Amino acid sequence: MDIDKANKEATEKMIEARAVLVGLGKAKDVIPGMRENLLLHAGPPITWERASGPMRGAITGALIFEGKVRDEDGARALVENGEIELEPCHHHQSVGPMAGVTSPSMSVYIIENETHGNRAFSNLNEGYGKVLRYGAYDSEVQERLRWMEEVMGPVLKDAIEASGGIDIKALLSEALHMGDEGHNRNKAGSILYLKALAPHIARVSKDSAVAAQVLQAIGDNALSVLNPVMAACKVMADAAHGIAGSTIVTTMARNGTDFGIRVSGLDDQWFTAPAQIPKGLYFPGYADEHANADIGDSTITETAGIGGFAMAAAPAIVTFVSGTPKDATNATMEMYEIAFSEHRAFTIPSMSFRGTPIGIDLRKVVETGITPRVNTGIAHKEAGVGQIGAGLVRPPMEIFESALVAYAEKYDI
Amino acid sequence: MSTVSTEIRRGAYFDSVVLMELQSSLKRLPEVLDVGVMMATAANKDLLNMQGLLDESAKDAQPEDLIICIKAANEAFAQTALAEVDNLLVRRRSAVDQDYLPKSLAAATKMLPDANWVLVSVPGQYATRVAREALELQKNVFLYSDNVSIEDEVSLKQQARRQSLLVMGPDCGTAIVNGIGFGFANQVRRGPVGLVGASGTGLQHVTSRIHQLGGGITHALGTGGRDLSTPVAATTALQSLDLLRRDPETKVIVLISKPPAEEVAAVMLRQARMTQKPVVVNFIGHSAPEKMTDENLHFARSLDEAAELAVGLGLAPQISRPPETPTSERVTHGSGHLRGLFSGGTLAHEVLLMLRNYLPAVYSNIPLNKAHKLPDVWTSQEHTIIDLGEDEFTVGRPHPMLDNTLRLQRLQQEADDPSVGMILLDVVLGHGAHPDPAAELAPAISAARAAAKKAGRNLEIVALVVGTDDDPQGFASQVERLQQAGARVEMSTRSLAAHVGQKLPVVGKAPEGQNVDLKVLQQPVAVLNVGLESFAASIKAQEAEALHVDWRPPAGGNDKLLSILERMKKK
Repeated sequence: MDIDKANKEATEKMIEARAVLVGLGKAKDVIPGMRENLLLHAGPPITWERASGPMRGAITGALIFEGKVRDEDGARALVENGEIELEPCHHHQSVGPMAGVTSPSMSVYIIENETHGNRAFSNLNEGYGKVLRYGAYDSEVQERLRWMEEVMGPVLKDAIEASGGIDIKALLSEALHMGDEGHNRNKAGSILYLKALAPHIARVSKDSAVAAQVLQAIGDNALSVLNPVMAACKVMADAAHGIAGSTIVTTMARNGTDFGIRVSGLDDQWFTAPAQIPKGLYFPGYADEHANADIGDSTITETAGIGGFAMAAAPAIVTFVSGTPKDATNATMEMYEIAFSEHRAFTIPSMSFRGTPIGIDLRKVVETGITPRVNTGIAHKEAGVGQIGAGLVRPPMEIFESALVAYAEKYDI
Repeated sequence: MSTVSTEIRRGAYFDSVVLMELQSSLKRLPEVLDVGVMMATAANKDLLNMQGLLDESAKDAQPEDLIICIKAANEAFAQTALAEVDNLLVRRRSAVDQDYLPKSLAAATKMLPDANWVLVSVPGQYATRVAREALELQKNVFLYSDNVSIEDEVSLKQQARRQSLLVMGPDCGTAIVNGIGFGFANQVRRGPVGLVGASGTGLQHVTSRIHQLGGGITHALGTGGRDLSTPVAATTALQSLDLLRRDPETKVIVLISKPPAEEVAAVMLRQARMTQKPVVVNFIGHSAPEKMTDENLHFARSLDEAAELAVGLGLAPQISRPPETPTSERVTHGSGHLRGLFSGGTLAHEVLLMLRNYLPAVYSNIPLNKAHKLPDVWTSQEHTIIDLGEDEFTVGRPHPMLDNTLRLQRLQQEADDPSVGMILLDVVLGHGAHPDPAAELAPAISAARAAAKKAGRNLEIVALVVGTDDDPQGFASQVERLQQAGARVEMSTRSLAAHVGQKLPVVGKAPEGQNVDLKVLQQPVAVLNVGLESFAASIKAQEAEALHVDWRPPAGGNDKLLSILERMKKK
């Protein structure tokens, strides 16, 4: 067995995957395996009992949105008695930021990999403040979700279809040259996204006031493109999954309690360990002790060679960890040590257009002791408070070690 | 009443300089009485124990664990100091705008592609792995680390030789390449003397003395103290000697070693003779020959004398020498084994002694060491010299100086052996000896050479003639008839041995791999440093390029994971 060959195949597929936003649909209509009594969530599998505050809050909010419960106690009862089931987004070709909770009647982006044909899905981004993905679920949150579903969703759906598809891979390549890294900083990408959609939104809206509202919502939210970007990264990573003998990590995800990874050559097995508290800067009034453990599927960006791996492209982001621009370069330099290859489409101007590190190689992580760098938002540990900061986090080393041991067993090494 | 607080950090590796700095910073904290910060090796734990710093909790710590012990006036001060450890370590690291320090050699190579050397000073148990990785990246290795097994040393050096690279060490303290000192080295003037040393402080002493005496050096190549042992067989020393032979800047060569293995010393001396440059030899503790100068070899009795000789030879106008004959050519010219059939015991013994400088092993019934004792005196093997005057041959027979019967039989036997390329005979004239040895030997020599020629072989027969003009046998006539029969005649054992050395293969077979490219000495030194950070700083201080690798034990020192990774490499 040639491990390098398998890894080359996996990383080439990630690099070659051309992710295009092709449409929008209701989760229950478009996500494979989605059903009325199912909620998708970020990270590896989780139970109510082990779920963190923001995860429980998001589950509650989604069930209120679906009209199934009125409060957290109701949500707990439905989940604990099995009437509502919880499954990872990742088991359904999906990804969601922070809690990542996606319910059957929510609209999701449809991303298609035009190179290999696979699809991925992600919910819509709500913006900042009190939002479901950080576990907030009060009436303000519900109102916002309903507006997104009833007003923004249909306009976006028509506009995306009218556009004939938006090439998210090309958008990312450009955004990396404009100071984004695609995970924590999507300012440029979101404006490019707005630019791509705006004429179509104007064309498909029957009401110019609605068009203005939708354009404003996208334009005001510097994370509006994050969800399509995550789904784009998901089709890239999925294309690389399931290659016999490959040690490339194809999933990194957190549910607020555990950090989990999956590896291309190790089927769908999760390797998990308790997630860590990110290190970073807090909004005024908050500190470490308020922080929830690391949460969200957005680590799919690092898995696909952007985010923390492309930190050198986004020097502005180092303020989260009170660093200097050189620290941003050093962060990317460090990630080259554990990457199998360098991207051809995602390049970094300040490093003479060197490709971003792509394809996290399990072997290199264990050998060097360097875990992937993840740029992330920090959630309050209590449901409903929301984002309290942003910073840097790394997965626990032991999940890579146990994956390596599992690899040795599976392949009789 | 003082108290000791201890913290164990599992698998936390820091180089010893960092730990020393941490230790001294901790000692300066208030009410701290004593501090021990060490990797938990058995020796270090003993040391901490003697200082009264080792408590129960630290006794189970493993060598890859870091122990921090703080003795303070009371528990609170000790805990305060322990809490400072991370800050002190970070403070050291967080120089503003620090350039990226690569974590692996592979990454470092991309950052400094011109690097031609890797300095390795990581703990011994990891050193072989790092050195091997360096070789795989086509880098020469200066291996400062000790506690590397001799098996690993042999395997690393053989790999290096196959790749035409150098491995200096393990346990190599000193080298100076193209003016840049590696490890511990003195600032030495440039000049004509090139050195090869299997002794770090020996090299430092001799290079310093050369400088003090007004001389200077081209390069000082370290080999590690075990290079001239039997298992390692001078792999690095021979490569280094060959480099200095070809280096046009090097006019005089100095060889220094701790006591070498006898047979390895012999190989080194043979190679030294072939450098065509003056070679000063100081094999510490090795019995120097009675002659202090032997052709191009100059034997020094001490390091000081080695330096003095080298400086003197460097100043002396060079006598013009025949053009260099590269080793490989000699190997192809010479062919076959040597057989010596002596009637004089002392002659045989002296020729054996002299041939030690040219041939790896000569079997005999009177060998220089037991390993080369001929199992059956009636059958020669490989290179063999027989003293036919020994009791085993003379029982019931006249001495071979009187009667050539046995020698003529044996001459025929040796000549018929297709592996034989040269036969030596002594012809001792004078009163009491055979009245006309040439009468019997010349026809036999003729016949033997003719038979060999018929078989398509070139058989050379060399006769060492001992006698005077006034001897009854007629010296000139004996020589003439031997020469007419096709023998080469020599009159001294030294010229005989030198002739053998010229003609026969130097070693059994040519070493694998090409010679190390002279570029390694001529290009500007650029170094990747793995281990002690101060070594990188010292290279930079000498205005050469150096990149420090922020190395950590692979897989956190976890043996199980490491062995999986190793096996995956072989898949």
